[in-house]
Amino acid sequence: MKDDDARKPETTSGVSRRDFMKISAVTSALPLVLGPKVVHAAGEDIPVQGPGKVRVALNVNGKKMSAELEPRVTLLDALRGPFDLTGAKRVCDRGTCGACTVLLDDKPVYACSVLAIDVQGARITTIEALAEANKLSSVMQAFVEHDAQQCGFCTPGLVVATTHFLRQHPTPTADDIRHGLNGNYCRCGTYNGVRAVALMQAGGRQS
Amino acid sequence: MTEYSWPDPASRPLLGKRIERVDGPSKSSGRAKYTYDYNPQGLLAGKILRCPYAHAKITSIDTSAAEKMPGVKAVEVIQKAGTEIFWAGDEVVGVAAVDEGTAEDALRAIKVEYEVLPHFVSDAEPPRSVATDTGPLSAEDLQDMQENQVPDEEVIARIEKSGISFKPEEKDYASMKGMGTDASVIAALRKAKYVPAEAKPKSPYKKTAVQTQGTPDKAFSAAATTSEGVYGIPCIVHCCLETHGSVIEWPGEKEVVVHVSTQNVSGIAAQLAEPLAVPAGNINVLQQNVGGGFGSKFSVDRWDVNTANLSKKAAGKPVKNLLDRKAEFEVAGMRPSAYARVKIAADQDGKLVAWESRSWGTGGVGGGGTPPLPYIFEIPNQRKQNTAISTNQGSARAWRAPNHPQAAVITMGAIDDLAAKMKMDPLDLVLRNLDIAGPRAQTYKEEFAIADELMGWKKSWHQRGDQTPGNIKRGLGLSMHTWGGRGHYSNCDFTIHPDGSVEIKMGTQDLGTGARTIITIVAADTLGISMENVKLLYGNNRYPQSGGSGGSTTSGGVTASTRRGAVNARNALFAQVAPALKAQPGELEAVEGQVRVKGDAGRSLSWKEACAKIGAVPLTVRGQNPNKDEPPDLTNSGVGGVQMADVSVDIETGIVRVNKMVAVQDCGLVVNLKTAESQVYGALIMGISYALYEEKILDPVTGRVLNPNLEFYRLAGLSDIGELKVHMMTGKGYDERGVIGLAEPPVVSPGASISNAVANALGVRVPFLPLTPDRVLAALEQGGGNG
Repeated sequence: MKDDDARKPETTSGVSRRDFMKISAVTSALPLVLGPKVVHAAGEDIPVQGPGKVRVALNVNGKKMSAELEPRVTLLDALRGPFDLTGAKRVCDRGTCGACTVLLDDKPVYACSVLAIDVQGARITTIEALAEANKLSSVMQAFVEHDAQQCGFCTPGLVVATTHFLRQHPTPTADDIRHGLNGNYCRCGTYNGVRAVALMQAGGRQS
Repeated sequence: MTEYSWPDPASRPLLGKRIERVDGPSKSSGRAKYTYDYNPQGLLAGKILRCPYAHAKITSIDTSAAEKMPGVKAVEVIQKAGTEIFWAGDEVVGVAAVDEGTAEDALRAIKVEYEVLPHFVSDAEPPRSVATDTGPLSAEDLQDMQENQVPDEEVIARIEKSGISFKPEEKDYASMKGMGTDASVIAALRKAKYVPAEAKPKSPYKKTAVQTQGTPDKAFSAAATTSEGVYGIPCIVHCCLETHGSVIEWPGEKEVVVHVSTQNVSGIAAQLAEPLAVPAGNINVLQQNVGGGFGSKFSVDRWDVNTANLSKKAAGKPVKNLLDRKAEFEVAGMRPSAYARVKIAADQDGKLVAWESRSWGTGGVGGGGTPPLPYIFEIPNQRKQNTAISTNQGSARAWRAPNHPQAAVITMGAIDDLAAKMKMDPLDLVLRNLDIAGPRAQTYKEEFAIADELMGWKKSWHQRGDQTPGNIKRGLGLSMHTWGGRGHYSNCDFTIHPDGSVEIKMGTQDLGTGARTIITIVAADTLGISMENVKLLYGNNRYPQSGGSGGSTTSGGVTASTRRGAVNARNALFAQVAPALKAQPGELEAVEGQVRVKGDAGRSLSWKEACAKIGAVPLTVRGQNPNKDEPPDLTNSGVGGVQMADVSVDIETGIVRVNKMVAVQDCGLVVNLKTAESQVYGALIMGISYALYEEKILDPVTGRVLNPNLEFYRLAGLSDIGELKVHMMTGKGYDERGVIGLAEPPVVSPGASISNAVANALGVRVPFLPLTPDRVLAALEQGGGNG
């Protein structure tokens, strides 16, 4: 963010903190209704979602999926709950561990730190779509060959992260791997295998 | 007599090879289902309101507002008003609602009032005066002191200072005299002041008696070199990525189905039966995969009972409650801390002659563990005392190799400091003392030779303090460890179907160790068929019971019961097939997908043809471990392992980097080299994590955990691990001992070896783990915690 922007958060967000407080006060008095409500605040019409459930439509793995969700529901919880796509895991639930990694318009994100309602219209790809028709992807196959998994709870997140990393770095160096795959925690200690996966997939440049 | 022995090396088509884990594809594709992933129809979300105070009494609970909220289906008070709470985060009220958001809103609507009581959360060194301030001696205290050969003058001093809480009679004195109690002690008891036990001042410190062996004072004064230091490691948390919890439903009034994240599938129903007032046989416990346990998931927890009760109240609908990360840090277990002041001495040849330690640590309200000090080395003259500190925090649970990593940090640190003081290579010092290193001495010797080679120890080791100019100092450190690992009680039903498929049912679990894979390997290896022919059904308490997966007991247990089941099934099959091959059953063998007459390849049937002889009903037999009636013992106890670390330390920033680690490990007969190595790689990585980063930090003011999340409780990432080399000991001297578990031992040594490497790099000891920049810089500034 440039300095100019930093001084004007109110313009960039469109709603100042004080306005937001006003809006909150208004919305909390509203009955539980579906769909956005338009509230006039600070001279503008602001669409307000919730606090009750609203229809959220998502594009997940090339399919349209929708559910009645409260606006506070994260993408992760939407995927794991109503859509029953449980490959992405809830571990830290605050954007640290990477176990919930999914692709949003082909970029990896921590699904626990994104609201479902905010990613309507984006292309969401989960681990479930990376395996084609019960056939393992080459990255998944490499995870098996290099035994880059133990309890397996972090593995889907690591597979999604590694898949994206190798698309961006088809011939990574060891240093690229250290930086590029450092966003996923594993407790059993499978990093040695993961590192081998990334190196071998890339044809094995050792430095 | 049936021959169950493990096959000789020439007849092991699969055993000991490098085989991919059978559950690999389901895990890497995200299809593997965990308790956390189970979403049955009509699922309700369970949440728990927790006490915010480290020590308090509940004075009132009002759940009325929560109960009236739309979407709330059940509310249960877990601990009633009047209950004293001993740690922050303890369970007070549970709620089940249509979704998590509603359940959280309901928790906020519950009003609980507390009388806040004083708490104590410090595991700092107990004040010296505590030794004599713990109140009167009980008869048990006295007996304990006598058994541990506490010097008479010390016993008399305690009696005179603190009094006694019992009233010995003449016959007691006579009996003491008969047991060899010195007359001076009896005289002191006769004069002792009687102090009622309840008058003992309340203290968080609980001391064990001084344990004395040999003549430590004499040995220290005669020793050539004595080194003194302080060493330790704080409380750390298991951090299972899948938090604790369960999904529980009541399909019938007395029928309970429990999906639970556990290390103990066969043991859960018996624990739930009483609190739920349901026969254990009506409780079905299920689990396909578990996202980590590390020792913290053996038992039914209070929150699981709450989940079951909420489900019952909500007409039996399934309720899911997997703890949130914060609660996981507060209440779901940790490893006790351990610290010690150590004095250690050697003679001029580097032979260890004397040890003295005053250790302390906490494991929550119950006190702490007692690390086995000195670790491994049976030093002839010893004096030691341990103080367990009771603190207001969630209780400790078994953490991979309970007490051993702590004992290794303390003992191997002291030995390393002693070697440095003697200007000796610690590898030489350790090798010189292998005669007092217990039953695995020969293993250590062989392993150190390999580790030396893999690390290049002898080539690159330098005296303490890297003299290279610049900020980056490099050093080497080593450690060693042992563990039991005997296979646990395990049963399986082993079935050969007429179509040639094989099915094993076992009430066990796979924590990610590769248990599923080794069971399948043993079955296929014994029957001479491919692993694809073997179907393993597990993770259900309705299958034959197998022990909980803890203490490295699973590998030995499940492979032994599988081997016995497979041999029994094979022999039963031979009996059915022999007539068709015009042979006696004892003349047959099952190899390469065939059943054939030994030494006559012409007389054979394919595995499928042979199994067709079974008839319409499948052949089912039982495999059991242990089975003393039918030797031999297929498992064993006691392994040795050694590790070396190469680190770089930036003396300007205090940042420690692991360049390389070497682990050489024994586990008897290796069943699957690939997953065995993974287990050791994983242990090294977990060890790097606790050596450099992990610490559960409690706030002395609020008594709460300050870092109950993965941002501030740091785990090692992929960029932190350096180069790792693992070597498994196999072949003669190892294979014939049978299968021994491997989960605990390799996680024991990383903390000690990394700490020693840092001392070697810096020239000073950083006394306490984790070796964070602040601790490194403080040690440098003070010229070392140990002078």
